[in-house]
Amino acid sequence: MSKPITKITSNKPVFFDNDPQEELITLNIGPTHPATHGVFQNVVQIDGERIVSGVSTIGYIHRAFEKIAEHRPFYQITPLTDRLNYCSSPINNMGWHMTVEKLLNIEIPKRVQYMRVIVMELARIADHIICNGILGVDTGAFSGFLYVMQEREFIYEIFEEICGARLTTNIGRIGGFERDFNEVAFRKIEEFTKRFPPVLKEFEELFVRNRIFIERTSGVAAVTPEEALSYSWSGPILRATGVDYDVRAVAPYCSYEEFDFEVPVGTNGDVYDRFLVRNEEMWQSLRIIEQALEKIKKEPAGVFHADVPEFYLPPKEQVYTNMEALIYHFKIVMGEWETPQSEVYHAVEGANGELGFYLIHDGGRSPYRLHFRRPSFVNYQMFAPMSSGMLISDAIINMSSLNVIAGELDA
Amino acid sequence: MSKVTLAEAPPGVEGAGFFATSLDKAIGLARANSLWPLPFATSCCGIEFMATMGSTYDLARFGAERPSFSPRQADMLLVMGTIAKKMAPVLKQVYVQMAEPRWVIAVGACASSGGIFDTYSVLQGIDEIIPVDVYVPGCPPRPEAILDGVLRLQEIVKNESLNRRNTPEYKALLEKYGIVTENG
Amino acid sequence: MDKLDNQLILSSLQEKFGQSVKPLGEPHGLLTVEVDKEAIIEVLSFVKDDETLRFNFLTDITAVHYPKQEREFCVVYHVHNMLQNVRLRLKVFLQGPEPSVASATSVWNGANWMERETYDFFGVVFEGHPDLRRILNMDELEVFPMRKEYPLEDPNRVDKKDFYFGR
Repeated sequence: MSKPITKITSNKPVFFDNDPQEELITLNIGPTHPATHGVFQNVVQIDGERIVSGVSTIGYIHRAFEKIAEHRPFYQITPLTDRLNYCSSPINNMGWHMTVEKLLNIEIPKRVQYMRVIVMELARIADHIICNGILGVDTGAFSGFLYVMQEREFIYEIFEEICGARLTTNIGRIGGFERDFNEVAFRKIEEFTKRFPPVLKEFEELFVRNRIFIERTSGVAAVTPEEALSYSWSGPILRATGVDYDVRAVAPYCSYEEFDFEVPVGTNGDVYDRFLVRNEEMWQSLRIIEQALEKIKKEPAGVFHADVPEFYLPPKEQVYTNMEALIYHFKIVMGEWETPQSEVYHAVEGANGELGFYLIHDGGRSPYRLHFRRPSFVNYQMFAPMSSGMLISDAIINMSSLNVIAGELDA
Repeated sequence: MSKVTLAEAPPGVEGAGFFATSLDKAIGLARANSLWPLPFATSCCGIEFMATMGSTYDLARFGAERPSFSPRQADMLLVMGTIAKKMAPVLKQVYVQMAEPRWVIAVGACASSGGIFDTYSVLQGIDEIIPVDVYVPGCPPRPEAILDGVLRLQEIVKNESLNRRNTPEYKALLEKYGIVTENG
Repeated sequence: MDKLDNQLILSSLQEKFGQSVKPLGEPHGLLTVEVDKEAIIEVLSFVKDDETLRFNFLTDITAVHYPKQEREFCVVYHVHNMLQNVRLRLKVFLQGPEPSVASATSVWNGANWMERETYDFFGVVFEGHPDLRRILNMDELEVFPMRKEYPLEDPNRVDKKDFYFGR
């Protein structure tokens, strides 16, 4: 290359003002590009098909979650967490509830914890289905996507049965759930554990030993564990590099220590390994769900929230008929509750990595400061540096295997 | 009996071997049943649109078989998800690039009104920057709701007069949004 | 390998840095220390590389705004020792209205965007950061929106009448 590479510093779309004699071409990928699955902009300089340098611009759906959270009472922050990683909302909901319960020192009954585990693992499967299915689409295999998407619809049916919503679930309350899982929900979860394994197996058979898929993904965007840790990666993409860091195993919450599951790790940290890790995690999630179903049967039936009337919103019909419930309802809604002034950091294993909630509370109605440690945001920052030297087509599948969710990225 | 249902013919004069109707109606019928969507998906509603396009709900049944990712070849712009102020110029650019006739559906609370995000960084409804034909409520709307929105738009398209895009009223509407039309 | 407890962390930090590191308590078991502005990078590299501490993972960088305090801004670092599952929270208090602190990008690459986000929201300048500009908000934004004095809603709105919201 004869000319020095100019570094792009502007994040504005760069239009075709290049000198045709120049060897490098500036290309805008995004913010609305079908291959990026979300609103990410990458201004890259390409030499032929190869990326020389790139700059990521994010913030195209910045919605100021953290600022809103400072103006909302605790129970109204749950809908916000839904919209962080909207492919696996229940994990965010549960993470937020657990953060507040940690702040308020609420003890959660075992049955509720197992119910939470079921919901979270279902959400993890739904998220991994999307990521791996889309990775298949991007490498040219559309049919696998269609097979597993049907199962995702079934997971949404379960969520509908549990809470009434499909995507932005808003499941649960501080202290437990708003209602018990009904019979249909339990039956559907059991049915899911039966019908999903053959589909997942078929999906694996389409990809794992597929020559085209291996050629497209193996060795692409390989990352060493040192690099990954230095960029604070977490989640499946970190495990693909060989680091067995899973919040569920390292710092168990919600009784994960009682479950028998394995943390899959890769060796090369490339796109193929990430695919395998996510696939194996779906199998492990299924195992966890089956164990949780067994464990629930041994617990006293009908318990779906902790006995903490001062923090748990009472059912609406009781608010209208019961004096005590009315008082608690009023206290919680108006924020006149006795809460400790403290700060708490709680992390859960989100579908993309460590999802942390850093909450500073001054005793008021809403948090003094709430910060979300969003795995997509932290993971994505390595994308532009690691793209240099990559083919455009490789960079695209690298992006889909990072599974960056725009809502979580931009908060 | 074939299982294929044909689109209903518009009212007209029928006789042995001929059928006469107005050109407006015939063209409206054709347009309404082959609306090519341009999915402008930014967040949660986009995931529900994936379900709408998928096998269970299948938007293709209504003539929207081919999602067009190029604005030039699209008829209906489906804006799904929050549009931040940073994104607004991009959305407007996409709208301007679309060829007439073009229609817009605002899917979900955020695109319609900003939704729960009443903040400094979010556009309070895309109708602040581009004209909208159909609003679909919901956060996110169910796939059925998105389908219903498309069906409502089909009604609008069927009954639109051929002249509408040349009227001074329409030009005034675009001018209100600061959009200059290609032919004037 | 000895079990790392908060007492051990604190004593080894104070042994090395003396008065630059002050304990702020252990809310919910998570040791929180205040670090002097000048010493923060040394402390971060020490806790990262020390043989016993080994806080090799930077979990998060963020800031908090306390407009009523003399030192308005607090930059909060969370680091994590993955092997023993011990977390440590470090706080640096800064003077307003143009706070600045050294950048941690020399210690962890991952600090890059976290610091940009903190700058974007609070206006904390990280000295030595390779590319410190706004990340989430528009470049045209003139304020740092997460500071407490700025409202949540867009003050330029015309369609929202206070009358309807009872204020």
